[in-house]
Amino acid sequence: MSSTSETAQDNVSDVKLPVLKREKLVLEGRSYHWITERICGVLENRQPLLWWMLFLPSALIAMIGVGGGLFHLVSTGVGVWGNTNRVMWGWPIVNFVFWIGIGHAGTLISAILFLTRQNWRTSINRAAEAMTIFAVMCAGIFPAFHVGRVWFAWFLAPVPNANAIWQNFKSPLLWDVFAVSTYFTISLIFWYLGMVPDLATIRDRCKNGLRKVLYGIFSLGWRGGNRQWSHYEMAYLLLAALSTPLVLSVHSVVSFDFATSVVPGWHTTIFPPYFVAGAIFGGFAMVLTIMIPARFVYGLQDLITMKHIDNMAKIILLTGTIVGYAYLMELFVAFYSGALYEMNAFKFRIAGPYWWAYAAMMSLNVLSPQIFWFKKCRENLWVVMAVAMCVNVGMWFERFVIIVTTLARMWLPGDWKTYSPSGQDQLLFVGTIGMFLALFMLFMRFLPCINIAEVKWTKVESDPHYEDNESHADDGVVVEEAYQKELHDTKS
Amino acid sequence: MSTTRKRVYGYLAEFKSASALFKAAEKVRDAGVKKWDCYSPYPIHGLDGAMGMKRSILPWFVFFGGITGTITAFTLAYTTQVVIYPTIVQAKPSNIFTVPAFFPVMFELTILFSGFTVLFGLLALIQLPRLNHPLFASRQFHRATDDAFFIAIEARDGSFDTQATKQFLEEIGGDNIELVEEEDQG
Repeated sequence: MSSTSETAQDNVSDVKLPVLKREKLVLEGRSYHWITERICGVLENRQPLLWWMLFLPSALIAMIGVGGGLFHLVSTGVGVWGNTNRVMWGWPIVNFVFWIGIGHAGTLISAILFLTRQNWRTSINRAAEAMTIFAVMCAGIFPAFHVGRVWFAWFLAPVPNANAIWQNFKSPLLWDVFAVSTYFTISLIFWYLGMVPDLATIRDRCKNGLRKVLYGIFSLGWRGGNRQWSHYEMAYLLLAALSTPLVLSVHSVVSFDFATSVVPGWHTTIFPPYFVAGAIFGGFAMVLTIMIPARFVYGLQDLITMKHIDNMAKIILLTGTIVGYAYLMELFVAFYSGALYEMNAFKFRIAGPYWWAYAAMMSLNVLSPQIFWFKKCRENLWVVMAVAMCVNVGMWFERFVIIVTTLARMWLPGDWKTYSPSGQDQLLFVGTIGMFLALFMLFMRFLPCINIAEVKWTKVESDPHYEDNESHADDGVVVEEAYQKELHDTKS
Repeated sequence: MSTTRKRVYGYLAEFKSASALFKAAEKVRDAGVKKWDCYSPYPIHGLDGAMGMKRSILPWFVFFGGITGTITAFTLAYTTQVVIYPTIVQAKPSNIFTVPAFFPVMFELTILFSGFTVLFGLLALIQLPRLNHPLFASRQFHRATDDAFFIAIEARDGSFDTQATKQFLEEIGGDNIELVEEEDQG
């Protein structure tokens, strides 16, 4: 060690640093076995009535909306949607961007918060990753069918075809195909690998033959030896490191679909960061929307604590404010550019016939999260839930504003159209909401909804040096003496 | 009917806590045992050092997997766009200078190939899937995925001895020491 850092350490050990109290991530000092029992209990016990009340209607809505809606669409033609020559993207692409964005919070929690050592992620990452997978599945439906003749959707893949025409690799739409399919694949690998040790836990608790066989197969024969954990931890770190730039690239590429076109209101460099922040913002709102009821129904309050909700509320406040900044910056740049078409595009958004969508976007996304500046509001679950719902709706309106209001007023007045969605548009969108909920309910029923191994790891006694320190006045608090001792040990 | 013989897999000993497991692991390492492992319900940080293990070589696999992805994407884009079928859209040419437009796909395929390398590289390194294992015959091993910490010393280790190894495990603080046997279809 160099001499400069030694002197620095000398100085450090003389200073009595106040150590911040660290909040416990597992409350009531629950044991390892309690954690196993409680999380496995969610899928081993009979599901509560509420599960059936949510699952059956959402499965039905999914069958009618997605199954029936797509059948009607394919057998009749895309004309059943409200898309027109001008507003050619309409609701399908609004919904695509909406769902893809929802998924981003899952990857943020599982990858970015892992790399930044935010241990509170452990009790929400599994459900958030499941949400990512299901949201991307819902998202994928829209562009796949929006191509018109869905049986030609394979033209998107760069494989030789009879026309001898190759894909245009310079087009953001093709980048999107690669970005979204890579995102889905990597998220699936991340989710599944993260689940293997927990599936082994369930396998080891199974009595019944079929269950034991199925969980046995999917847990791959995991034994939990350190010679496995060591490689496993490296794999998890690598996947987190790969997913972090990936998640940022996915919504950046989605925003390129807009930003690379020469259309007033779309052609701006702020789009990639603005879309990514918005995606994380909307995704966290969806995580809260799902996790707050789930923790009550399954009694997970000691694992998903108020600290977790507080942290998520703060992230919503931060990303919501970033999104608000982006909205205002768009307006400022339109004004500052002096470009007539750019200014008129925004004037139309604010004061045109779609003013209500713009007002909904502004108030729900920018104003409603500001309430989270107050601790009281972050602690009141009704308020948190209400804001989360506002953001869910607000983020949908954001995509509506960006897509519809822009396409409805392009360059030529002769092109100007007013857009309204058809019944089929609404049916399919409601159907994907049903599909998302139904898949999530199945996930709660059959898979471990909280990362069992990682939650155990966050307990303080999981540290192999826990018993070396004598004083543990409070499990969750870094005791000052222990901290000073560690500094002293490092020095000597 | 074939006769079933038992073959000794090794000894399995339980330890009270992560700290106890950690200290015991250091002693097993210092005793020069090679064929053994520590089992825990969650990854214990620092145990690699206590067991004398090296850092995982998985990143090297992934590095080459990622490079393969980059090259694949570049070749795919360049061959189809420039060599086979130059697509000229909005008067934008297709030549070596349009490579920046291929970057997004090159990036995505790098990540995709790396991700698959992580998955299959990991499975190769940890030798899974393997649905059966002698340890699953143990009466207590199912707790390794719940709340128990174990050390298993295998019979194939050179220093293994039915008496001495048991005594050694007792000395380093192991409880519930169990001789695990696997069925040998002979």
